Amino acid sequence: MSDLRVVGGDLVPPRRERRHLLSIADLDRADVERLLATARSFALSQERDTKKLPTLRGRLVVNLFYESSTRTSSSFELAAKRLSADTLTVRSSGSSVDKGESLKDTALTLSAYGPDVIVLRHPEAGAAELVARTTEARVVNAGDGKHQHPTQALLDLYTLREAFGRLDGLQVAIVGDVAHSRVARSLVQALRLVGAEAILVGPPTLLPNSLAPVSHDIGSIADADVVYVLRMQRERMLAGANFVPSLREYTERWGITPERLRPGQRVMHPGPMNRGVEIDTQVADSDASLIVDQVRAGLVVRMAVLYDLLTAGPVAVETAVGVA
Amino acid sequence: MLASIAGRDNVVVRGARVLDPVERLDATLDVRIDDGVIAQIGEQLETNEHRVVDAAGCTLVPAFIDPHVHLRTPGREDEETLASGTAAAAAGGYCAILAMPNTDPVVDDADVLRGLRARAASEAHVPVGFFAAITKGQEGEELAELGALADAGAVGFTDDGRPVATAGVMRRALQYNAITGRPIAVHCEEQTLTRGGHAHAGAVAAELGIGGWPSLGESLMVARDVDLAADTRQPLHLLHLSARESVDHLRRAHANSVRATAEVTPHHLCLTDEAVRTLDPNVKMNPPLRTDDDRAALLDALRDGTIAAVATDHAPHAAEEKDVPFEAAPFGVVGLETAFSALYTHLVEPGLLSLETLLERMSAGPAAIYGLDRPRIAVGASANLTLLDLNASWRVRAERLRSLSRNSWLLGRRIHGRVTLTIAAGRVVHG
Repeated sequence: MSDLRVVGGDLVPPRRERRHLLSIADLDRADVERLLATARSFALSQERDTKKLPTLRGRLVVNLFYESSTRTSSSFELAAKRLSADTLTVRSSGSSVDKGESLKDTALTLSAYGPDVIVLRHPEAGAAELVARTTEARVVNAGDGKHQHPTQALLDLYTLREAFGRLDGLQVAIVGDVAHSRVARSLVQALRLVGAEAILVGPPTLLPNSLAPVSHDIGSIADADVVYVLRMQRERMLAGANFVPSLREYTERWGITPERLRPGQRVMHPGPMNRGVEIDTQVADSDASLIVDQVRAGLVVRMAVLYDLLTAGPVAVETAVGVA
Repeated sequence: MLASIAGRDNVVVRGARVLDPVERLDATLDVRIDDGVIAQIGEQLETNEHRVVDAAGCTLVPAFIDPHVHLRTPGREDEETLASGTAAAAAGGYCAILAMPNTDPVVDDADVLRGLRARAASEAHVPVGFFAAITKGQEGEELAELGALADAGAVGFTDDGRPVATAGVMRRALQYNAITGRPIAVHCEEQTLTRGGHAHAGAVAAELGIGGWPSLGESLMVARDVDLAADTRQPLHLLHLSARESVDHLRRAHANSVRATAEVTPHHLCLTDEAVRTLDPNVKMNPPLRTDDDRAALLDALRDGTIAAVATDHAPHAAEEKDVPFEAAPFGVVGLETAFSALYTHLVEPGLLSLETLLERMSAGPAAIYGLDRPRIAVGASANLTLLDLNASWRVRAERLRSLSRNSWLLGRRIHGRVTLTIAAGRVVHG
């Protein structure tokens, strides 16, 4: 058998000319470092009395959300506003989507306003790619199905670096429903990109075994610097799904309680939390928790992403903040 | 069994490499067709008043038969019609195609079938054979009237698009079908394993977060159905195999003298699930693209004849149906116009498959499965011929496709080998 991969090579998609942020796979390490540095300089700007920067004045950022979202939609909207961009937020409920308009048509309609960036949240994998294919805007994937949520992973990296002062060599245990989590997928890729290590911990039915090392024993979080807790969705226990027998059994085996953490270990959660299910309320509110830091990081990281997409080449960080 | 087409042409194809692997013919010759029948094969033939095709540098081969096409008629004539689908077939070098019955209404009734055959006789560019459903409405519960449907000209029976889910119904269908002599063809899918699946359940789908459609979803059903074929001593055809495990089951069945045949699509031979990383809905098929290892197993099986036929599973979809996120898109791609060139480019040119074997699996192979006359280059045979320019290359462009649908995985790609002339049932239908 000769090398079948000859064909595979022919099928590598051409590099995109316009820049989008559809997946962590779109980024290399230098991109990540640049984005984190930009976010940091924006964080400094947010400590001033006047928090608004004129950087993206006259630009239009459209937020198109087909799923409910608090953190992501509010932080994208605020990020755009803090950079002086105009924002337009469209939600599927109460819009033409209710009347059966397709994603493509909605995107084309909004494109008529000439947006510089479309931020998209959608329940189906590939939605961001579709909008990138069919409009002239730069597209930021704010979550598509179980596929990707790259800005979440970037804000998690930002939070980790702020907390530990480094990323290289950090051990992160991701606990829970990895199979249905776009957050976990983006995070595993992002951690690998910066030299950190992930292990996946949870029920066998909810852990894909090809992403990272897996363990079904909650005891294996012991070596981790950080325990990253995923949301456990009730629909996973329904008849016909049967991923786990009951929430009670899940919590008993994999819930993150104070007893299961060792001193010095930090805890993250992308939200929204089910307190008392995947995470004990004491843990969520403890000093070990970085959950509020994650939300704060969300704003400055999303500012950095918008800024980076709309300015060519490497970012001159000083200029970005200096103009304020 | 095939709905015939009208008209017989007089043609001389001059100076082609005439290649019919089954007839052991490979020489530079002229071929004269009188009134649709191959009248003479030789050198410097008289042309009389015939149309003369200068074929120097080209290769004349037995025309292709596609045993698996969705013509979407009746019901979705916006996606394909008898005319557009068969024009696409003619452009792809096919002299006959077999149409699947998962239309609206389903072809599970002899009157519907007779109506289609009558329409094809006036509208189609190449002869068409029509499958009928195994079960009423393809619901997998009550047998369709296999006897009446066979009498009305069904070329075979299939519920393609879905499996016959329960073993009991499948066994009855095989037993009863002994009266028709027409093959039963099965779409092997264990739906409790594939529900929610959009791509092969492997590393790529896990990484992309796309619901998995595992190899076992196919191979478990292949194992069941070849065992049922063995039990009932009835022939069985396996549609569009995609997984190594399925090939393994088929090989075991052959070793036990079970009368099972199989087909494979160009996309399963050329692509792997790596292509899914693009999230392009035009690489979403059922069964899904699988791994390099599966692809190698399919290719080995095609090479040694375990898989006897190439089938396009030509599945037209309207643009608005495919222009959606990957997970929302329907399964299927068009393939009639690109099948030969895709396989020539991706398998023959790199030395993975001989041209002779490819030609056999695209023509004599499918003909044998369904008991159709084998297209052959021999004096006295009806002219079913395809002329290939193997030195030509072309770019697949949506606007140039004859199919009403443009959901090809090859859009924008350059492929080698071009069909320049197709003669079907004695009539020039392309070129």
